[in-house]
Amino acid sequence: MTDQIFQGYRGRALDTLKKYNVRVWGKACIETSRGVFRGTVLPRSENDDDMHLVLKIETGYNIGINVSTITSMKETGYKKANYKIPEKEFPYSDDKPTVKLFGTGGTIASRLDYRTGAVIPAFSPGELYGAVPELADICNINTEKLFAVFSENMGPEQYITLAKAIGREIENGADGIIIGHGTDTLHHTAAALSFMVQNLPIPVILVGSQRSSDRPSSDAALNLIHASYAAGHGDIAEVMVCMFGPTSDDYGFLHRGTRVRKMHSSYRSTFRTIGDTPVATVTRNGIKHIKKDFNPRRKDKKVKIMPYFNEEVSMMYYYPHMKPEILDSLVDMGYKGIIIVGTGLGHLNRELYPALERARDKGVSVFMTLQTIWGYVHMMVYETGRDMMAKGVVPLGNMLPEVAWVKLGWALGQTGDPGKVKEIMLKPVNDEITAREPYNGYLVYQGGVKEVEEFIRQFRK
Amino acid sequence: MKRFSPKRNYESSRKLIAYVSLHEATEEDYRRIGFKSGLEVHQQLATESKLFCRCPAGIYHEDNEYDAEVIRHMRPTLSELGEYDGTALMEFKTRKEIIYRINNENACTYEVDDTPPFPLDRKALDIALEISLLCKLNIVGEVHITRKQYLDGSIPTGFQRSAILGVEGEIELSNKKVRIIQLSIEEDSCREISDIGHTRVYKTDRLGMPLIETVTYPDMLTPWELAEAAEYIRFLNRSTGKVRTGIGSGREDVNVSCEGGSRVEVKGVAHNSWIPALSHNEAFRQYALLHIRDILNERIKDPSGWKMSSREISPGETGLLSEPVKRAFDNNMSVYALRLPLCKQILSHFTQPGKIFADELSDRLKVIACIEKPNMSHSEELEPLITKSQWKKISSVLEAGDDDAMILLWGPPEDIPTALETVEERMQLAFKEVPNETRKSFPDGTTMFERVLPGKDRMYPDTDSAPIPLHDDQIEEIRSKLPESVSDRIKKMKQWGIPEDTYRYILSKNLYPLIVSISEDFGFDPRDIGIFLGHRFKNIEGTMKAHKNFSYEIIHNLLGFIRAQDLRIEIAGPMLKVLYLHPKMRYESILTTLNFKKKEIDEILAPIEFLYEKFKQERISEDSDCAVNWIMGQIRKQATGNVSLGDLRKIVEKRIKADD
Repeated sequence: MTDQIFQGYRGRALDTLKKYNVRVWGKACIETSRGVFRGTVLPRSENDDDMHLVLKIETGYNIGINVSTITSMKETGYKKANYKIPEKEFPYSDDKPTVKLFGTGGTIASRLDYRTGAVIPAFSPGELYGAVPELADICNINTEKLFAVFSENMGPEQYITLAKAIGREIENGADGIIIGHGTDTLHHTAAALSFMVQNLPIPVILVGSQRSSDRPSSDAALNLIHASYAAGHGDIAEVMVCMFGPTSDDYGFLHRGTRVRKMHSSYRSTFRTIGDTPVATVTRNGIKHIKKDFNPRRKDKKVKIMPYFNEEVSMMYYYPHMKPEILDSLVDMGYKGIIIVGTGLGHLNRELYPALERARDKGVSVFMTLQTIWGYVHMMVYETGRDMMAKGVVPLGNMLPEVAWVKLGWALGQTGDPGKVKEIMLKPVNDEITAREPYNGYLVYQGGVKEVEEFIRQFRK
Repeated sequence: MKRFSPKRNYESSRKLIAYVSLHEATEEDYRRIGFKSGLEVHQQLATESKLFCRCPAGIYHEDNEYDAEVIRHMRPTLSELGEYDGTALMEFKTRKEIIYRINNENACTYEVDDTPPFPLDRKALDIALEISLLCKLNIVGEVHITRKQYLDGSIPTGFQRSAILGVEGEIELSNKKVRIIQLSIEEDSCREISDIGHTRVYKTDRLGMPLIETVTYPDMLTPWELAEAAEYIRFLNRSTGKVRTGIGSGREDVNVSCEGGSRVEVKGVAHNSWIPALSHNEAFRQYALLHIRDILNERIKDPSGWKMSSREISPGETGLLSEPVKRAFDNNMSVYALRLPLCKQILSHFTQPGKIFADELSDRLKVIACIEKPNMSHSEELEPLITKSQWKKISSVLEAGDDDAMILLWGPPEDIPTALETVEERMQLAFKEVPNETRKSFPDGTTMFERVLPGKDRMYPDTDSAPIPLHDDQIEEIRSKLPESVSDRIKKMKQWGIPEDTYRYILSKNLYPLIVSISEDFGFDPRDIGIFLGHRFKNIEGTMKAHKNFSYEIIHNLLGFIRAQDLRIEIAGPMLKVLYLHPKMRYESILTTLNFKKKEIDEILAPIEFLYEKFKQERISEDSDCAVNWIMGQIRKQATGNVSLGDLRKIVEKRIKADD
């Protein structure tokens, strides 16, 4: 009960509220050594100090009052705010495709959380329609909150739940599936679902937002509109990530779930397809294909759900002069699979060789990926590469390190046999290793050069 | 019965509300209409960086000097208390595409909202606290960054980061104390380049620069008081010497209402000299709108039953229509005729000098429905575009009677629903009240609709920033170095006998500390320095362009030299003229260029007899004053700087008068 009345307050601040009998949401007149302040006492974030009260003053602003300056305080009224996205019944129509939206806890629709002072997700079809009414012009949406975790807390357990839920919805006849997801590990989940859900008859679209939906310039609404279109009307039946193409409010990209990566901590256009082009672009009005080969939408429900994962996999980011005990300790702790993220074409220092041999002898599967993000592992070029292959390190082509980690967990979830694991790892499910890298698969242009500057000025990207 | 004439109606409605011009108006007029106004004074702070990112502040560029453009659309979101803001919904209706121009020199990913804020600039915070203390505000214990929604696109995030530093203060004007509601520190917005149809273009150079906003209570009861308060706050801000000066660095929003009216905010007043006319006209506009309300309620007893009707007009249906309706058809626009039942005399009712109620509708069509002007014509135009016979045809199509008013409006077909809604909404408001709105100001003292006035529902805590505690020792440190208040400075200058016509210049340029330091350091009479700065320096500054290295410190040093050399202050003017252009020039060299020679008073007085004889020979005039002036003219140049010209004149006078 006290929690409710004094939401978020503790220590000295809580004592002060109790002493003067003032509640959160109570209107208060506070006399302090710095003068008189009037306003409504707001909840306080748990992580902030216990020296201040938060007050919303008449003009709508919030201020903090240091409790040690307070000489007297009086509650003069009470009005609790009711923060709620207006719920409107989502208008269903028979002529529109039906899309299932799974919530995992991203920022597609969110509201303020006083406990942490951050935003927390909130959605139901009604709330979504209230916030983004355009969705009803695209498809019918059903929602289901599978879990409410932040992106960084998503893991194998959630991948498996999601994969099974997707199978269930396909069985139920959904025309497309959208998964709302925090952006930090969106690409990990996209990779996991690419492996766990195969032979898809309908699109599975992962979507998030880089700016929370509580701000007017949020990318959430447009991303959701694009995702709805791709899921409901798109003909690409694959696991894809749908996020902003350019940072401008323009078109979205559909990225193949195995080739996509978050490349900037805060840009809207953070997700990029690595080593290839995106599959398509999407706007409110339709999808434009970029890649010609894709898995087309089908009428059947013959999806293959492979919800396996063994968490005894780790990743080792190599740095110069790394000591063998790092690798040894992973092996000693019982890890069955290790993804090495090596330098250049896929290299480690010689000092690690004994540790590699030891890992191989203990039956641990060790694979090589790249810190360069772009390009292929080429272990035949230099002697060191050849040495390592002899010690059991398997190059993974141009598989992204995070994707390799996910796939290795998925492979080990199916078999303990290193030979079979190797076989699974090297056989692409959906382009996690591509046979060729097109010339336009690596486009990281640098500013300051005339032609690049001309391009940036001319096109609003 | 006379035939109805819109022009006559405009004039007679103007008389009915007893509109008087600003120059004719007396305090009694303002009491009669219940004039009330307050200020929101924005002032940029002189920091090197912007407030929430480390981009340099104060580097501006031309509209076309940009490296990239970014497009955004704004959506309304809920306030912290779970409400949508009215303005936000209006802006959403307008469906604007907003384009931001970015120059790499002065904008980074923060400006385009692709990076969360960096910690607030501490120097800006200190300056803002100093000004808060000068306004005698109660300083908050903890600064909470708040997001204030702006969906017009003037800030790419869709909100302005803003934080209150103090509440409940006061300033002292000549005749009254004015209460201050609050002072906030905030980031400045983008500068608009254009706004045509559904596209608005901004540049981001000014965006994010630190700004403070001082908000007063509506304590000002005449336009003159309002202007005085605006000046006072400007001088107060400048008295710190830590704020930006120059075009656009200080801007006022003026809140005005008349008795029974509503708070209307006249935005972005760039010059304090515009304030009286703008506030005067706004108060009378509200007074006129209340008169219109009374007329409407008199005629229509049940406003809820009042409804306008509308019909699309096809080309040719009503015969050949004149420009610009013809052009609208030619451009494939939809044209609608509207009947406003029982609204005769309303559209041509006076609202502002040269403006009528119909302008309220046309302005809203431009802003809300995004239809460029001319976007309508109506049956009571002062300069009719459409002939009476054409209106007759339209009236038969609309089945409009003699007591009705009619409008023709046009625009792109997709904007018509919003346009019709906009007219209906404004007409409904006319029955009820003066709408709360923000208005754009024009140099002629009139205003036009800009936005629905945003409320407190647009506030939201900034989840990207942590609160900043303000400790007592930090505040006391700033308090211990506060400059004197502007009202104390004015009192001191009066005591010293500095003429009042110099105060405005001295305070606006923050020259007061210079007067104090020169008189304290070198023993000059503050009155002489005040006159020198308020007259001579003002003249130099007004007629010449300063070298970029020129600073007030140079004036201080110059006066030090004059004192050390035992010269007279009169030489300061001619020397400063040179220093103003060549701040590094040596004082001795300046004196040489001025042909100055150090002379004793006897040496200067030596030619008096000779000159007097010469004057008498030429017999220019019999008048002794004339003789004194002529002789002074001959010796002034050599005397300047060597002796006081006043003393010298007395000596010459004495000599001449002795002869009389």
